[in-house]
Amino acid sequence: MRPPYPAERGLDVYNTKLGMWVFLASEVMFFTALIGSYVILRFGAPGEWAKPGAVLNIPVTAVNTFLLICSSVSMVKAYASIADGDQQKLRFWLGLTILIGATFVSIQVYEYIHLVEKGFLPSGYREGSHLAELAVADPVKYGATVAGLYGSAFYTMTGFHGFHVTCGVISMAYLYFTKVLPGKYSKQDYRGIEVVGLYWHFVDLVWIILFTIVYLI
Amino acid sequence: METAHKRPNYILIWAYLAVLTAAELALAFELPISRNLKLILLLFLAVWKAALVGMFFMHLKFERWNLRILAIIPLPLAAIFVLAAMSEHVW
Repeated sequence: MRPPYPAERGLDVYNTKLGMWVFLASEVMFFTALIGSYVILRFGAPGEWAKPGAVLNIPVTAVNTFLLICSSVSMVKAYASIADGDQQKLRFWLGLTILIGATFVSIQVYEYIHLVEKGFLPSGYREGSHLAELAVADPVKYGATVAGLYGSAFYTMTGFHGFHVTCGVISMAYLYFTKVLPGKYSKQDYRGIEVVGLYWHFVDLVWIILFTIVYLI
Repeated sequence: METAHKRPNYILIWAYLAVLTAAELALAFELPISRNLKLILLLFLAVWKAALVGMFFMHLKFERWNLRILAIIPLPLAAIFVLAAMSEHVW
């Protein structure tokens, strides 16, 4: 166990926390590039995109959104537990966060499989698929003329977010087995929990924005 | 390594987020209002939820001012980036 870490001069935070905030600042720009591209593609497109809920399964994604919000609460409870020096609660809340995070990714994989089976691909609606038939019957509702743009934007944005969630789950699982279970965190030093928590909350925050602009608008 | 600030009620924040998510869904699919108004309200709710996560779960509300500035700096840059790209249509 390392001794309590001294705060650096200037910002008065320890290096890893400062590093995470700088990293998150770069992540804001990364997701801004994706969201900005989405806005330009959508509002500059020659036709209307598919109506909300026409292609995507909103109820399943709403449940997934709720799960991610729950995981943010369990993460912050893990942080509060170790700040109070309670190892047992830290194990419980962090374990729960990992479980919910893995569930989120699993539901997203299920969603992708289901969409591909229906015929929704990054390139648009697969010829001969159920969705392609629906798009022919009602081209406005299903945004038939811009299905390729819709598909590529949807899979790129949700895919990159899903990758971030996966990285978060792996990071938390790593900490769980190498630091939390052996009891290496204490009331005096719980930097890893705080830093991975910041990342996890950021991933939740990004999803809140993505859910609205990709699924609801 | 002590948390110097008083902790917020995390469960209350969670309840706020859950209610706001339900409000978003109701707004998107149930309320018969104009598309533009719906767009503005949905974005407002999303930003509200994101702010709750940032302020209370990431503890920005309780951090020192200089760390808060570090966290906030990318947001106007992001807005400038998107607006500049959108103005392409004007040019």
